[in-house]
Amino acid sequence: MLQFIIHDVLGTPAILVGLFSLIGLLLQKKAFSDVISGTLKTIMGFVILTSGAAIIATTLATFSQLFEHSFHIQGVVPNTDAMAALAQKNYGTATAMIMVLGMLFNIVLARITPLKYIFLTGHHTLYMAAMLAVILSVGGLSLPWVVTIGAVILGVMMVVSPAILQPFTRKITGTDDLALGHFGSTGYLLSALVGKATGKGSPSIEELKVPKSLNFLRDSSVAISLTMMILFLVLVVVAGKEFVESHVSEGQNFIVFAVIQSLTFAAGVWIILAGVRMVIAEIVPAFKGIADKLVKDAKPALDCPTVFPFAPNAVIVGFLASFAAGLVSMFLCPLFGLSVIVPGLVPHFFCGATAGVYGNICGGRRGAVIGAFAQGLLISFLPAILLPLMGDLGFASTTFGDADFGVAGIILGHIVAWFN
Amino acid sequence: MKKILIVCGNGLGSSFIVEMNVKKIINELNKEAEVAHTDLTSAKSETADIILSAKDIAEQLSGHSARVFGLSNLLDNNRIKEILSENL
Repeated sequence: MLQFIIHDVLGTPAILVGLFSLIGLLLQKKAFSDVISGTLKTIMGFVILTSGAAIIATTLATFSQLFEHSFHIQGVVPNTDAMAALAQKNYGTATAMIMVLGMLFNIVLARITPLKYIFLTGHHTLYMAAMLAVILSVGGLSLPWVVTIGAVILGVMMVVSPAILQPFTRKITGTDDLALGHFGSTGYLLSALVGKATGKGSPSIEELKVPKSLNFLRDSSVAISLTMMILFLVLVVVAGKEFVESHVSEGQNFIVFAVIQSLTFAAGVWIILAGVRMVIAEIVPAFKGIADKLVKDAKPALDCPTVFPFAPNAVIVGFLASFAAGLVSMFLCPLFGLSVIVPGLVPHFFCGATAGVYGNICGGRRGAVIGAFAQGLLISFLPAILLPLMGDLGFASTTFGDADFGVAGIILGHIVAWFN
Repeated sequence: MKKILIVCGNGLGSSFIVEMNVKKIINELNKEAEVAHTDLTSAKSETADIILSAKDIAEQLSGHSARVFGLSNLLDNNRIKEILSENL
């Protein structure tokens, strides 16, 4: 019986997250129908998410085959959503436990320390839990230790990450009531500090006229399709029609093959996002409900697009500067013996844009450009350095993109290796 | 019952927070509505009576059958309250 509960029930991540959501719904004294539908939807969300992961895994295998054939080096497109979903196959149980215990530890820290932040960006909590589960497991720790250490680190990050940005966030939003809760925070801090150092006297970028036409990239499905299409087209052209059609596409025309592969990847990510949305739909409100009761003057830490409307020009310029840094790094990485990190439009758009907003508030238009560029270098080099620490997942052709994943993963990976 | 859809780029973070705020506001107003959040791609093919989103996202939803409201501050609950009390 115990074996059944521990191994089959708790060891099945979909059931485990369903149980967490069930407990959350019961604690909130929801109606019977809400409890049933919420629990089922959470489990279904997890199943959807892993199905999306299976879809992108096949296109990524094709991607790496073509990349290695053409350039004789490993190529990686960072996409945090995709990577976290891939990690669920082997690290799902640890991820789910780290996530829930980390959230509880966040509430404890917010209650007893002056860092009153409640980290409400649920998908990033899930992704960071996945990254911690991978790094600690690959480092050779047993499950109880992976969960305990992972949850403590996650909880600490959930209050520290909004805290390091708060002096700047306050200036951007004009209020101290809310904070930024996004695990790209070290990149934004870098952008703010670089902006401060370089942008003395530079006027705010919001006084300029910036074309808004790039805003369509906020539609992440479009941004992912575009990135992958350009990449796949370059790859099939370099690899050559003959090689592609005889070895990879089973006779399908190489251009058509490239287009379909790129859109399959985008479709896979869309499915993952739909699954993630369902998984966190019940867990985050429960978390917020408990936090509101237990923590007086709690400050909600929210996802990065919350600051976009405060500086729409910095959003566009920050993205462009960050993406430019990504392009430069693509050629720099191999010189340091690192894998090639192909700049993805999604991480550069969301993180670059946010970095632009922080750079602008500290150093005007010069700060926005140079700060976001520095952030772009950071999110190109960190994933490359993180790769070898992730075991088999290091060969997945995608990886965690946002800055904090790299910072935390690299530090932790080395500490764990040092202890062994 | 009217349906309110909150939209952001990924449909994960900011739209979710606004959804929680909207649900609270609807309760305070003593009204009823179905509330959901989603990503920009899906929003284009989804039906709703009212759509709330950041201004630049709203611009890309012009032509949608719903009434689209672009917010310059997503967390401006007074503005959301105003929109909802006039349109529900």
